Amino acid sequence: METSFALTGKGYVIIAADTTAARSIVKMKVDEDKIKELSSHLLMSYSGEPGDTIQFAEYVERNIRLYQIRNLYPLRPAAAAAWIRRSLAESLRSRHPYSVNLLLGGYDIADHKPNLYWIDYLGTVVELPFAAHGYGSYFALSLLDRYHNPEASLEEGLATLKRCIEEVAKRLIVSPDRFKVKVVDKDGTREVEL
Amino acid sequence: MSVMEYNGGSVIAMVGKDCVAIASDLRLGNQALGITSNFQRVFPVTNRLYIGLPGLGTDVTTLRERFRYRVNMYTIKEERDIQPETFAHLVSSTLYEHRFGPYFIEPVIAGLSKAPSGGFKPFIAATDLIGCLNFAKDFVVAGTASAKLFGVAEGLWEPDLEPEDLFETISQTLLNAVDRDAFSGWGAVVHVITKDQVVTRTLKGRMD
Repeated sequence: METSFALTGKGYVIIAADTTAARSIVKMKVDEDKIKELSSHLLMSYSGEPGDTIQFAEYVERNIRLYQIRNLYPLRPAAAAAWIRRSLAESLRSRHPYSVNLLLGGYDIADHKPNLYWIDYLGTVVELPFAAHGYGSYFALSLLDRYHNPEASLEEGLATLKRCIEEVAKRLIVSPDRFKVKVVDKDGTREVEL
Repeated sequence: MSVMEYNGGSVIAMVGKDCVAIASDLRLGNQALGITSNFQRVFPVTNRLYIGLPGLGTDVTTLRERFRYRVNMYTIKEERDIQPETFAHLVSSTLYEHRFGPYFIEPVIAGLSKAPSGGFKPFIAATDLIGCLNFAKDFVVAGTASAKLFGVAEGLWEPDLEPEDLFETISQTLLNAVDRDAFSGWGAVVHVITKDQVVTRTLKGRMD
């Protein structure tokens, strides 16, 4: 089942998403990247209805890029979250709503703070220190309540993330076996190996 | 599964002597799963007017933005602050515009309105999700814990409470009501509005 986690630490946000593309009970692909780099300091993981996810993620990606081209500066994380939320909220009351759940992680280069937004397909947005989507959230959130530290170094943050992944692997019936992990901090976005 | 109970949350407003109070819990969840304990659903409209928006999380944000826009337009056009009575009708008509595809929110309004004598008169009101107004003289409640809030408020509220006593009454009412509701709680925020200031306090609550 699709699962994604994210957590903030001292000057960074880590986002992890599983890499399986499933169709009914069949795994079609095991190396799918479900985390998009929207701009130099903005990451977005997406999950939900196949088709909708990629369609909506690319729509967001291109609009964020368009803003940057037009204005010569990128949207800050809070502004990006507000724009994405509005897109989803308007879509919700349309003929065919997108059913996409997102985690938006960014490093605000103006006030030097990491920001993490939990966004669901209804257009509910919450700013959080850590967040999760999918069945994995039932295990990971309680773990993060116990082990999350907003002042943790990147190594400590990755160790906490590892605990979440291991717990999901242990307890969830149909657990994903691989996760892609990306980090955003003052130096921009990058992928890390666990 | 009901849309009104999907994210949880409750709001209450009470009248005191030359003051009003509005309070809300801070939980936002996905059914039984708690997502955050810091979700604000009470917002200032003017210096003496607040609105609480319990209901579906996405509509809390949407309506907050909508009301902010419409109140800003009113303020520019009229060159004065909107009065609580006027704002209540603005809320009502905004919601009724969506009569057959509503926003899943039951707003609670609390503020002080300007009296002809120059003083201020406490005002509270609530509407249902399609904008049917309910003006009350004592207290109004809304949200997933509304049934419990009615019970506790009925027992604790009395007329002409001073601001400090009103704060105590509304806080105890809210905290004790949400403890009997699985979808509300996780902390609370209370605003006490008097003619020259608004005192906002964040309360700790049970985290279960």
